[in-house]
This record gives sequence, structure tokens and C-alpha cells, in this order.
Amino acid sequence: MYTYTDFDEAFVRARVAQFRAQVDRRIDGSLTEDEFKPLRLMNGLYLQLHAYMLRVAVPYGTLNPDQMRQLAYIADRWDKGYGHFTTRQNIQYNWPKLGDVPDMLDALADVGMHAIQTSGNTIRNVTADHFAGAAADEIEDPRAIAELLRQWSTDHPEFQFLPRKFKIAVTGAAHDRAVTKAHDIGLRMVRNDAGEPGFEVIVGGGLGRTPMVGKVLRAFLPKADLLPYCEAIVSVYNLLGRRDNKYKARIKITVHENGLEKIQELVEARFEEIRSGFTGFDQSLLAEIENAFAPPAFVTKSTDGYEAARLANPAFRSWSDTNLATHKADGYAIVSISIKKHGATPGDATSDQMRVMADLAETYGHGELRISHEQNVILPHVHQSDLPAVYAALRTADLATANIGLASDIIACPGMDYCALATARSIPVAQEIATRFDELKIEHEIGQLKIKISGCINACGHHHVGHIGILGLDRAGVENYQITLGGDGTETTTIGERAGPGFSAEEIVPAIERLVTGYLSLRHDADETFLQAYRRLGMEPFKAILYPREDKANAA
Amino acid sequence: MPRTFTPKVVTANALLEGDAVWLTEATTWTRDIREAELLTDEAHADLRLLEAQSQAHLIAGAYLADASKTPDGPAPTHFREAFRTRGPSNYAHGKQVDL
Repeated sequence: MYTYTDFDEAFVRARVAQFRAQVDRRIDGSLTEDEFKPLRLMNGLYLQLHAYMLRVAVPYGTLNPDQMRQLAYIADRWDKGYGHFTTRQNIQYNWPKLGDVPDMLDALADVGMHAIQTSGNTIRNVTADHFAGAAADEIEDPRAIAELLRQWSTDHPEFQFLPRKFKIAVTGAAHDRAVTKAHDIGLRMVRNDAGEPGFEVIVGGGLGRTPMVGKVLRAFLPKADLLPYCEAIVSVYNLLGRRDNKYKARIKITVHENGLEKIQELVEARFEEIRSGFTGFDQSLLAEIENAFAPPAFVTKSTDGYEAARLANPAFRSWSDTNLATHKADGYAIVSISIKKHGATPGDATSDQMRVMADLAETYGHGELRISHEQNVILPHVHQSDLPAVYAALRTADLATANIGLASDIIACPGMDYCALATARSIPVAQEIATRFDELKIEHEIGQLKIKISGCINACGHHHVGHIGILGLDRAGVENYQITLGGDGTETTTIGERAGPGFSAEEIVPAIERLVTGYLSLRHDADETFLQAYRRLGMEPFKAILYPREDKANAA
Repeated sequence: MPRTFTPKVVTANALLEGDAVWLTEATTWTRDIREAELLTDEAHADLRLLEAQSQAHLIAGAYLADASKTPDGPAPTHFREAFRTRGPSNYAHGKQVDL
């Protein structure tokens, strides 16, 4: 893993010192809130419904055990003993006091972390495939590129006042686990005809109030050109993007209004102009970073114990069937730890749980942890022979829920329980859906199903790309929930379609139950997923389930 | 036709803790909405908001929120404002346990 250089360390410490002085000046009254707000946002500090919220960047979702333990320490010392993992692979603290935040930032700097550019109209934390470096279907570990992009974008003087925020996601694998087509720039590693690795560059994707699937700007970009090419894209956007209307300021609108061809011309022209300025320093830096991401020393040992444990323990078998993914190294597995116990808040982990996960990563996981955009924690490199011990430890820490990819593995934004922008709550809806499917004991029968919930149109909960999406709105002073169907956030990205009128807070969970149990009788066989059935049958049969005819007759 | 003015309270977030506070008749800040000043006159409400905004050393983001008169004092009318008087629904945190 990458560790801070003296330069990184000095930069982050200097920023903390600056912010400490700014907080002091705000508290003693020398700064007004209007003056202070942009300064706190540059350092990831929001003011929410009940308290401040500190958003800490987890670059490309990668943590080492010491960092995870420090996140636990911060939660205990300055917050309420837990943290919330987000859909952008970050962690948020919901209860910091203004005067404590500089100390929290110093504690983060102690382990090579920060909250810089987790807000504001800048290039945000670069996200990556959470299975990076471990996935069997990967061309290369994309995190070296993500780290290069992090260094390039952090405090980039040209890009501190973009028209709007700017999000980059990168994947090295064929199967897209990083939702690259819903980002301002999505980078998918591909090979050219000569077999050399490079990137398909996707631009102008995004969710929010105007959801759009990203378009291919360049089908193949050589790896060496990545930084100047990305700089060219952001540079073109910086000048062309609209600043007159916040809702039309994202690059997806710039691409939509100007057309892909014009953007291509401008980007290629700018690329030619600035390319020679990149004299190769970026490539020698990249080579150093790639060394830092060299694969761990995988070991060869017997997997007999794993097979025996599967036979002996049905609960372990169920967990290993659901929560493991194929690893590129023989005898290894990728472990997804569900932070979605039925009835719990999606993405919330207690400080004790964080410490257990850190210890497991250290003892059994080559010292690596990942945060997924689906709000779970990953141990990317675990030998199969260690899985029974890992499972036993997770069980003791209440972290052994076997539901990865199932109906209760729900993405939910904080919604109106915390967020000042929200129009309705998301967390209770997620809690009730998960509890209900657990009571019915049918989620394993249902199979792969992605339910995603947002508490407002800004779509932090990715509802547009949920197989079932739920959007919470304020309709005449009452919480109301709209359902979208058929969304998909993978390499076949699709924006879900709205099913019809919304449901009240009391009606939404029964409506989801009706929809999912209805699907069980619509599907061909147990292998046809909800999404596949929806694609085969279209909206109508699902709509008929959601809105039974007698209700329509009564309403008319 | 101009909209009829509905009763309001001045509310904001406390500068240091960040939690919801309401303006009292004595121009102090309370953490209990029932102790807030209920504003029934539009011109007076606008004036009180200006006075609240001048207290930047104590609060941030002051605004007028709808409220109704009850025997116990002002009460929120919209669910968002009701949540601000209690805290989140997923944990016993915030005003529902602190007050």
C-alpha cells in the first residue's frame, strides 16, 4: 500500500494548522459563517440537521489496520463510538464539535489520512473497484492510477473552483464494480489490439436530478497519457461548464448541451497543448506508486480445513456461499464483511467492530481493508484455510451476516435522520425492508437483488442504478417514496424507470414486499434474477403488482 | 394575492455543538422549541431574524421555520423541523436523550 512521503505529510499537517487557526477565528468572532463556510467545506466539515459532520476521505477505499484502528479511536474520543461508511468509500462522523475538529484532523494525519476535498467544487476522493488487486477478472490493480490521480488533483491550483464537484472512478476489471459510467470521469482498464493495457475513458455520467449514463470519450487511451488527458478534460470543463445554474453545472450537462463530438475536439486540442508539459515525471512517480501496490506475498497451504468446516457448519457454509468472491491467487478468497445486519443502519460500524476488522486484516488479510461503495468492508486477501477463524471472529463481533448482494444488502444515504439536504428519511426504510425479508426467510431464495435508497433527488443512495430504487420526497409536508425499477450500476449501466405514483412511509415496505414476492412467481426459474426478469418482461407485470387494479378503480 | 403569514420561530444551529437552537423572546438561544418566541407578525419576524443573524458568534444558518401554538409553547408543523427537536430515528442520540 502507498504510504505518505515527507511531502504528503508536510502538506496535510500544514493544512490542519491552517484550519485550526480558521476555527479559532470563527469561534472568537473574527470570521462570519459566510466567510468560514467555504473554508470548512474545503476540509470536509459540513453542518447538518443535528450537528456538524466530518467526511474523511478513504482514498480508493483502501485502509491499513492502523488507519482503521485510528478511525475507531476518533469515533470513541470525539464522536459517539461509531462511523458511517458512505457510497463514495468515505467515512463520516455524525457528531463532532467544532472545536474538536482540528484535533480529529491531526489524529487522521498521524495515520496518513485527511478530509481535504471531500466537499466543495473540486475533484473529490477518487474511488476504485473495492476488489482491486484481488479480483480474478482484473487486468491491473487500478489503485496506482487512483493514487496518481489523488496526488495530481489534491490542491491542483487550476481546479479549486470548478463549476461544480467532480468525481472520478477507476476500475481495472471487466466487471464494473466501481459504477464508472455514473461518474464525471470513469476509467475502465482495457487492452488494445497489441495487448497493451490502457483506459477506456468515459465522461459525463452521473445520477442526481438529471441522471445520465457516461459516454465513451476515448475508446483506448495509453496508460502513459492518462494524467495529461484527464487534465485536458477537467480543463475544458472548467472553462465550458455552466456557472449560471447550479443544476446545470455538472460535466454531464456540459457534454449533453455541447455534444460529445465538440467535447472530444476540445479535449484532444487541449491534450495536444499540455501533453509536452508532462515531461515524464508523472511516469516515474507512477512507477514508484506501482511498487507500493505490489501484490502481497501469497502463500500456498492446504485448503482441507476450509472444506471440512463447510461440511460441518451450515451457517459457515451459507456465509461462505454468499460473502466470498473469487480471488486471483490460488487458495485465496475475497471476504465481504456485511455492515448490513438485518435492522441495523446500512454502513454504520462501531469502534469495536472497526478494531475487530483491523485485527482480522492484520492476522489473516495481508494487512489490507477496503470500503466498498455498497457500504461494506472487504478483506481482499484471505487464505481459504483461515476463513473458519475469520468467520468465528466476525460472528462474535456481530459482523457475520450472510447477505452480500441480497435483498437486505441495501445502500441507503443518511437521509433526513442526519442530512440537511434530505427531503425524507432513508435509514428507517432500509431497516424495515431488511427486517421484513429476514422475518420472511426468503432472501436467499430471491437471490441477487440490489435495493438502493436515496433521501433526496441528489441520489447519494444511487437509487437510479438499483434493481429496485427508492427515492424519498416531501409531498405536501409528508414523506413519500417513489419506486424505480430496472436500474443497473455495472458495465451495463441503466437508469431505472419510475414505476408510478409514490407510496407513503407506511405503504413503502409492503409495496417492496409485494414487488419482490411477485417477482418470484414471474421468474422463469431460480436462476433468473430480478433484473433479468425485469429486462425480459418490462415494466407492466411489475406495475400490476405494485398497483393492484382494485386500488386503481377506487382511486378513479 | 399575497400569501397569508403563518406563525414562525427563528431557528439555527449552535456554533460550537452544531445542534438545533431556537430564539427566545429575551433574544437568547434555547435547545427546547417550547421556550421559543412564536412570531405571528411578518414584519416582526423579519426583524427578529435579522437580530438572530447578528449573533454569528453563537449560531450559524438562522432561518424562519413554521410553528404552531400549543398549550406547551411553539411546536413544529413540518416533519423536518420535528426531527430537529428530537434527533435521528435510528439511534437514541441527540435531543431526544440530551434534553
